[in-house]
Amino acid sequence: MMPGSSGGSWKSSGTGGAGGDGGVPDQFPAGLRVLVVDDDSTCLMILEKMLRHCKYEVTKCNRAEVALSFLRENKNGFDVVISDVHMPDMDGFKLLEHIGLEMDLPVIMMSADDSKSVVMKGVTHGACDYLIKPVRIEALRNIWQHVVRKRKHEWKDFDPSASADEQKQPEEPDYSSSANEGNNWKNTKRRKDEDDEADERDESSSLKKPRVVWSVELHQQFVAAVNQLGIDKAVPKKILELMNVPGLTRENVASHLQKYRLYLRRLSGSQHPGGMNAGFMGSDAGYGSISSLNGLDLQALAASGQLGQLPPQSLATLQAAALGRSNNAKSTISVPVIDQRNLFSFENPKSRYPEVQSQHLTSNNSSKQINLLPGIPTNMEPKQFVSLHQSGHHSFGGMNNLVLIQMGGQSQVHVHSQNQTQSQAQSNVNTHNVLRQPVMSNEMLTRGGVADMAPTAVYNPVVSVSQASSLVNFSMNHKTDSCGTSYPLGGSLGISSLPTASSALQGDGNLDTKVSRKGIVPSYDIFNDLNQNRDWGLPDVGLTFDQSPHTIQSGLDGSNPLLHQHNRASGRDLGGHNRNLTSGKVVLPPGVETRTRHNGSNVGQPRNVYVKTENDIDGSCHNTLYSEQYGQDDLLAAILKQQQQQQGVGEPENEFVFDGYTLDDLPV
Amino acid sequence: MERNQMHTQVANTRKSLFDQGYLDDQFIQLEELQDSSNPNFVEEVVTLYYRDSARFLSNLDQALEKRPLDFSKLDNLMHQFKGSSTSIGAKKVKTECTHFRNYCSARNAEGCKRTFQNVKKEYTTLRKKLEAYFQMSRQVGPVETACQAR
Repeated sequence: MMPGSSGGSWKSSGTGGAGGDGGVPDQFPAGLRVLVVDDDSTCLMILEKMLRHCKYEVTKCNRAEVALSFLRENKNGFDVVISDVHMPDMDGFKLLEHIGLEMDLPVIMMSADDSKSVVMKGVTHGACDYLIKPVRIEALRNIWQHVVRKRKHEWKDFDPSASADEQKQPEEPDYSSSANEGNNWKNTKRRKDEDDEADERDESSSLKKPRVVWSVELHQQFVAAVNQLGIDKAVPKKILELMNVPGLTRENVASHLQKYRLYLRRLSGSQHPGGMNAGFMGSDAGYGSISSLNGLDLQALAASGQLGQLPPQSLATLQAAALGRSNNAKSTISVPVIDQRNLFSFENPKSRYPEVQSQHLTSNNSSKQINLLPGIPTNMEPKQFVSLHQSGHHSFGGMNNLVLIQMGGQSQVHVHSQNQTQSQAQSNVNTHNVLRQPVMSNEMLTRGGVADMAPTAVYNPVVSVSQASSLVNFSMNHKTDSCGTSYPLGGSLGISSLPTASSALQGDGNLDTKVSRKGIVPSYDIFNDLNQNRDWGLPDVGLTFDQSPHTIQSGLDGSNPLLHQHNRASGRDLGGHNRNLTSGKVVLPPGVETRTRHNGSNVGQPRNVYVKTENDIDGSCHNTLYSEQYGQDDLLAAILKQQQQQQGVGEPENEFVFDGYTLDDLPV
Repeated sequence: MERNQMHTQVANTRKSLFDQGYLDDQFIQLEELQDSSNPNFVEEVVTLYYRDSARFLSNLDQALEKRPLDFSKLDNLMHQFKGSSTSIGAKKVKTECTHFRNYCSARNAEGCKRTFQNVKKEYTTLRKKLEAYFQMSRQVGPVETACQAR
């Protein structure tokens, strides 16, 4: 043990070897990888010793910035973080936010200050626990519970079935926001299960994070419950009770609600300065950058007007937005509100970037503007884009913009651009081709280490295009390597109507969007009803991560990116599901931050991709979708091209990786 | 023998530190952390504490020289110092720190200065006592608490 070395950070593994991640011994919680941050060297030394005594693997830092970089470099290198509140270089709560947003790790705050206000602050910022100094070793012994709890919540979002003890790693990645982390840990846990008590085993299974797929039906139930309670009074607990769905947790509902609120806000207002209009809104919601959308042929599409049934007004708005905004820097993905808001793109509530939202995408650089052509009801989550831009900081771009482009006459294309702009998002998201909105660029997610941001996988609700798949669900679920969560694309949701496009969205190409070509619409219709006028006044939808942003786990890998039918992706659940929308590449405009909730509870969003597209997109669908569906070949082409720019459209897998998605180009 | 006597002496000294309120339970926590792999842990921690906290004290001194007093800054500094002191179980020091912070919130300059003197006094007293204690322990050699001689 290094005596008295308080500066810097190093790993001191009790066993003398860097336990390394995942290399924990079987004796859970032994080997728990803890990062301790405290500017007080004395405390740091003591804590380290105590933690080592608990058989944890300890890394200590006396500066928050160092801690953050540590965390970013080792995405899955830690299980829990303990941080002091008062630190000279960065406020402990700020660090908490960052960690929650980027990595979604459980964070325990500590301080000598035990005043209620400070403790409350810890709670509101999403800290898992608050320890009063001087910390006793007993208090540290049980910190593993927070890790388990968090994992459990995450998994719960997943399909319950997924939480099988034996859940294989491969499955996990899809769901777990921090796949590796979860995996490693789970592995460890799993191993440990053998020798540990049976309940450990149960725990591990519960750790699996099942993602809740917000199917149309489920969403309808949800909406019905919300309406029954009144949007103002709708609290997750009551909603849960009303819905009475077994296996659904309050957290699922909470995150979904957040998204929903965001969505409503968007709908209600493009006038809603604060709200993002991303997503469903068609009304001028921030189309702001529609015009700026780079090359978005959305405009073309819009022009063609054939897209789906964009209500004239939405088209108009789109156009206006597009023109007006021009350049909102990427994020303005104004999603034309297709009259049916069927897509609820629950963009990741940009909890973080409230301001972004207001702009409805017009603001700043939301790269993701997916504003899809006026005609195309793209449910871009303008907010997300906006937030992406705005936040500048790595916000989780989680906005998954699902741009669903309805190809073909009736089909509505909803482009959901989920911008999950995670810090990195900016780069990725950028071009959000309208079509591809699903901005949850994985990249973005991965980038900033935002592992879980992805969780907010925006649901790219793929609106089932009535026509066969005109819905191009661009929800890109970014499959961030780290977190596949970004899109809650309910992979399982059969993305209806997302024609192959779904694949396009997915960066990872595997669009196995479940979109079934058959005219998805049913869900879509539902959404429409639901969406319409819902005033989701969620100002910043940030799905609170605290719950488990993991849901966004980018399940992207596998799920078909676009076509996640379930638009409902409640923030949390979306994680897994949205993948389909744009797996992997949810390119959220840099500015866009998909909110997957960052700090502890911050962003909760992205899972909103509520795209229910029923098309069965076979992965490649995206591109093909467009071409097929869209009556407007040119539109599609344009859009596709954009996508292609990103990834080379045309491939089924798509790629709609919106990495390079620059919203600016989106022609709206 | 002397050794036993010395052991006893060490034990008594230690006990008196607690009885007189210089140390509290936290110190015992530190002692419990000490083990054969780190036999001088407690002493190391205390040494570290005195080294680092000197900085806080000088900052506080400086801040108290300013006119007018910046109470929130004083409070911040003292908060940190108090946290450190608490973590090693320096009970009396901690108590004086609390008084100081109370005066700070009341914006009582005189009170602050006065209590600060107390803080420093307790701090120094404790330091001497602990140094003596550690030295004695080292001489005694390994004891129950595994304080080994260097």
